[in-house]
Amino acid sequence: MKPAPFVRHVPKTLDEAVKILAEVAPKDGRILAGGQSLVPIMAFRLAKPAHLVDINEIAGLDTVSNDGKTLTIGARVRHAAFHKPVVDNPLGQLLTVVARHIAHYPIRMRGTFCGSLAHADPASEWCLVAATLDATLVAKSTRGAREIAAKDFFAGIMSTTLAEDELLVEARLPLVAKDTKFGFNEFTRRAGDFAMAASLVTYRVQGGRIADARIGVGGAEASPRRIPEAEACLNGNASGKAVFVTAAESAAKAIDPLEDHQTDAHYRRDLVRAVVRRALEQSV
Amino acid sequence: MGRTTAPPKSEHGTRGSGMAWVGRAVRRLEDPALVRGQGHFTANAPAAYWVRFVRSPVAAGQLSKIGAPAGAMVFTADDLKGVKKITPMLHKFSYRPIGQPLLAESVVRFVGEPVAVVVATSAAEAEDLSEQVELSIDETRAISDARMALEASAPSVHVEVPGNVILEGKVKTPGFDETWADADKIIKLEARSRRQNATPMEPRGGHASYEASSGRVTLTCSTQMPHLTRTAICDVLGFPESDLRVIAPDVGGGFGQKMSLAGEYVVLVWLARKLKASVAWTEDRRENLIAAFHSRDQYITLEGAFDRNARLTALKADIIANVGAYSCFPTTCGVEPLMAMAELPGPYDVQQYQCLARGVVTNTCTMAPYRGVSRPVITFTIERLMDKAARAFRIDPIDIRRRNLVDQFPYKSVTGLEYDEATYKEAMEMAVKAIDVPSFRKRQKDARAAGRHLGIGFSTFCERTGYGSPAFAARGMEITPGWETVIVTVDPSGFVEARIGSSPHGQGLRTTLAQIIADELGLAPEMIRVVHGDTDRTPYGWGTFAARSLVISGGATLIAARKVRVTLLKIASHLLEAAPDDILLADGMAKVAGTDRTIPIAMLAREAYMQTHRFKGEIEPGLSETGHYDPPGTFSNACHVAIVEVDVETGHVRVEKFLVAEDAGRIINPMIADGQVHGGIAQGIGNALLEEIIYDDNGSILTASLADYLPPTAHEIPEIELHHIETPSQNSITRAKGLGEGGTIGAPAAVINAINDALSPFGVEIDELPATPQRIRALLRAKEKAV
Amino acid sequence: MNNKTNITLTINGRDHAIAVEPRRTLADAIREDCGQTGTHIGCEHGICGACTVIVDGEPVRSCLMFAVQADRKKIRTVEGLADGEKLHPMQQAFMDHHGLQCGFCTPGFLMLAVGVLEREPDISDGDLLDVLSSNLCRCTGYQNIIKAVRAAAKEMRK
Repeated sequence: MKPAPFVRHVPKTLDEAVKILAEVAPKDGRILAGGQSLVPIMAFRLAKPAHLVDINEIAGLDTVSNDGKTLTIGARVRHAAFHKPVVDNPLGQLLTVVARHIAHYPIRMRGTFCGSLAHADPASEWCLVAATLDATLVAKSTRGAREIAAKDFFAGIMSTTLAEDELLVEARLPLVAKDTKFGFNEFTRRAGDFAMAASLVTYRVQGGRIADARIGVGGAEASPRRIPEAEACLNGNASGKAVFVTAAESAAKAIDPLEDHQTDAHYRRDLVRAVVRRALEQSV
Repeated sequence: MGRTTAPPKSEHGTRGSGMAWVGRAVRRLEDPALVRGQGHFTANAPAAYWVRFVRSPVAAGQLSKIGAPAGAMVFTADDLKGVKKITPMLHKFSYRPIGQPLLAESVVRFVGEPVAVVVATSAAEAEDLSEQVELSIDETRAISDARMALEASAPSVHVEVPGNVILEGKVKTPGFDETWADADKIIKLEARSRRQNATPMEPRGGHASYEASSGRVTLTCSTQMPHLTRTAICDVLGFPESDLRVIAPDVGGGFGQKMSLAGEYVVLVWLARKLKASVAWTEDRRENLIAAFHSRDQYITLEGAFDRNARLTALKADIIANVGAYSCFPTTCGVEPLMAMAELPGPYDVQQYQCLARGVVTNTCTMAPYRGVSRPVITFTIERLMDKAARAFRIDPIDIRRRNLVDQFPYKSVTGLEYDEATYKEAMEMAVKAIDVPSFRKRQKDARAAGRHLGIGFSTFCERTGYGSPAFAARGMEITPGWETVIVTVDPSGFVEARIGSSPHGQGLRTTLAQIIADELGLAPEMIRVVHGDTDRTPYGWGTFAARSLVISGGATLIAARKVRVTLLKIASHLLEAAPDDILLADGMAKVAGTDRTIPIAMLAREAYMQTHRFKGEIEPGLSETGHYDPPGTFSNACHVAIVEVDVETGHVRVEKFLVAEDAGRIINPMIADGQVHGGIAQGIGNALLEEIIYDDNGSILTASLADYLPPTAHEIPEIELHHIETPSQNSITRAKGLGEGGTIGAPAAVINAINDALSPFGVEIDELPATPQRIRALLRAKEKAV
Repeated sequence: MNNKTNITLTINGRDHAIAVEPRRTLADAIREDCGQTGTHIGCEHGICGACTVIVDGEPVRSCLMFAVQADRKKIRTVEGLADGEKLHPMQQAFMDHHGLQCGFCTPGFLMLAVGVLEREPDISDGDLLDVLSSNLCRCTGYQNIIKAVRAAAKEMRK
């Protein structure tokens, strides 16, 4: 299972990278970041890019920074960077909790946060995080930079609204209020497998009532997203088992489930119901 | 965990051959090289040419044309005129012989069937070129399910196999009908075992090199049966065996998948002879999943007649085994259905039996034995029957087993198998005691009140091991394996070489056989090298499979070592001027008992070569003896217990604990024995919960990567607690029984019984392997709707 | 497209000057171009972990990196674990605890365990089990691998 031949380009700067990408993208050229998703696909020859633009030697793309309001994650930041909280904010802990669920340790050494977003596998945990927390994705090309809201970024299975000559150069996540509660739960067949359903929830409790609820579901539909019907079950209500159950049921009903030869719509909904409720139970 | 009986007495060898090594957890002689990464696996060797097989993308069709890219070296069936097909033979059970061409001729019969071979100077290049090979195939209707293949409207997979039934076995005891009519209860179940792939960590592969000076080819390949591979290849290609050397180097797991002949290996030898150069092939994981042998795709309808004391009085079974598109060499595809038929009654005392067992061909990858072969399936089936019967009679599942397990030996099974002395009941009682059922039941009750669903499941089984040629002959195979030969040689330096026909690949035979010899000859295992895998260096043997090597090669080793011992004692008796009976061999020395007159064994060996005249024709020159062993077979046994937790919301099953009480006779090396049990159980848990090769109705295979076919990780395997009994086998000269397959045989049944126990409040039952979360949820959901 | 690039792979302290196509995986380059065949290939799609090596201190799957990406990086493979005749505690522990049978997955487990323990010597037992779930073994049922790694971790902390 050797990949098909390709030409490798190794830009040293971001400008160089997007210039090369503009040339090669129309000729089936792609970005190589961590490679943990792309290389297996190439091994199966399901993808045979003629050109790879290897961004691993571009300085400055591997930083995580925060200005007190926004966490900015560069294109080359690896999953392992989140093994410990990267910011003193519930967001930092949230990212660490989620990171543990991504594949396995050696994969996390190489795979990248932004690469995961650009790859847009429905089961991707970071895609779920981006969608749930309304991340802003920054795409760069020879035509300049543009910001894309997460809800406008994911366009289906393995599909984003990035143009073929655009490189996802950074992801921006808003820091959250210090009293934000969060929970994460995913269902897999074995440790480290792709999530068959996953849920990330965040909310605050004000005056004994839930506010600013975010309930994201991934792995269950073509793209991850927030489920407003489920969030509506939480907002304004006292936190507790009963309301968690209602929200979970609402999410299960609301999704347009992915089906395959082993997993039908009923089962997918069962899983969504379970992961949403468990994520909520975890948040307490 | 401890031994529960006294260590077996030294029953063999002359006085003074103490059991210094046998029974000890000696560290493996195999390991120093392996932990340094110095193992020699097949893919390590460079070659002049690398090949890639072009494989059929469709399950059934007429192949009319193969278009090769210009300038590429591509061979097809047209180039193989005069080469035979792989045609294993079975002379019983209405077996219809079918032959598999090395490369498809005018018909393709399964996705992945080799159609052409591309030869290039690198694997990557061969793969590039293979993508450019154009196949013209008129697709025809394919059939992938065995039951559907039996329908009148099903397409025919082979013209020679009417109704797609390639063989049929039937059994009916004379008193069956009467006993059946007399039953107090008939318990029925439909068991479904889904397709498995052994998934060794090293896929298959071969390297064939050509030696111009002799015209010989050396095939280094990942195989469990080097001698049989050599015989088969020479038979198919039509040249003398002495022109082919087959070497099984270090082999990265086999589990049965590598003891059936890979047509690809034959092609490699053909190419090496044609190109007069070295030619190599490394199977990739996708190929292994789609085209290396599959197993255990069976339907079993089982009914048991019980009297009012819950005694099983008769069994009725209908066994359908999906054997795939061709028949595996050497066992033939009869091995699964016929073994199922012969061994279904398991460890239970039942003397009335009716069975129909059919092998059904379909447009899927060919079936071949996988660790335990049919035993995991039949054990799962009859253990489900026992649990269902227990429920129907409102008695404890342990109690029903107490009433039905064989406890008088020897016992002749209803199909004529002789069960030798064993501990079916004792092992169960030991396991039951160790797991503390009342404690568990309390915990289960409390958990249920808190909405968590724990379950406990048992399986009891006997494992047929170490059986020689009489057993294989009963199957009617044209090739009747079974015996083993070992040649033990002491060289003039006093170092021992044992050359064996078995072909271990992880079982630690280099260590365990050394232990046997060490005890017999009074030497340390480090002085003993066990040589295996190379047909040029070893006596003809059948390989390592079916839990046979320690029993049969071990037996042959002991026989040969005893002969060497006799000669050593003769020499010692001359040199020490004492009677052979008064001489002890230990710690590298021969010593006259009760004195301090000693002589190094190494010196005895030297004398055997250099001073033969001194022994007045009492010994032959040199010091080399051959042992043959062909035993009838011996049954080990075990009881497996699984404790699971079922997440009823997701259907996920977690195995919380696994416990085994096993009896495999005398244990040569407890560490190695336990390792075999651990590994088998892990595969059994995978079988029960995770592993499934899936075809769609068109014969397309949907599980072609390790993201789809799911062997368990460390997370899925709980801590395994082992308890041991040692009933020395009287059918095995070393007193050892085999145990390599036990883990896979008992574990699925225990896990499925545990799941059913956990789900009993819900009134659902699952009789399917694997019990996936989707299947469990579907059953629960159906009940929720019905309520 | 046979455009080979000259690179240097530094494996276990020794430089190997080789010429490889961009598509040549690090696993294949280590094994075939540099002759270090202790690193094994089990799946080539990043799931089984048999090909695990340590690159610049990080345990990674060498079938998911291209050799050209490892140019001038410090690569450690199983052949470099022992110090001459003296086995690494991890290797010794695998032998002492029967943590291997066929030996094919063993180098991958050794490098994974050593790589992670060097980075996180005080890793919790639960996290260690998570790490060991990264790689597949078909022979041992994992029992003795876990025992061996736990024992070696103790040794390595000394």
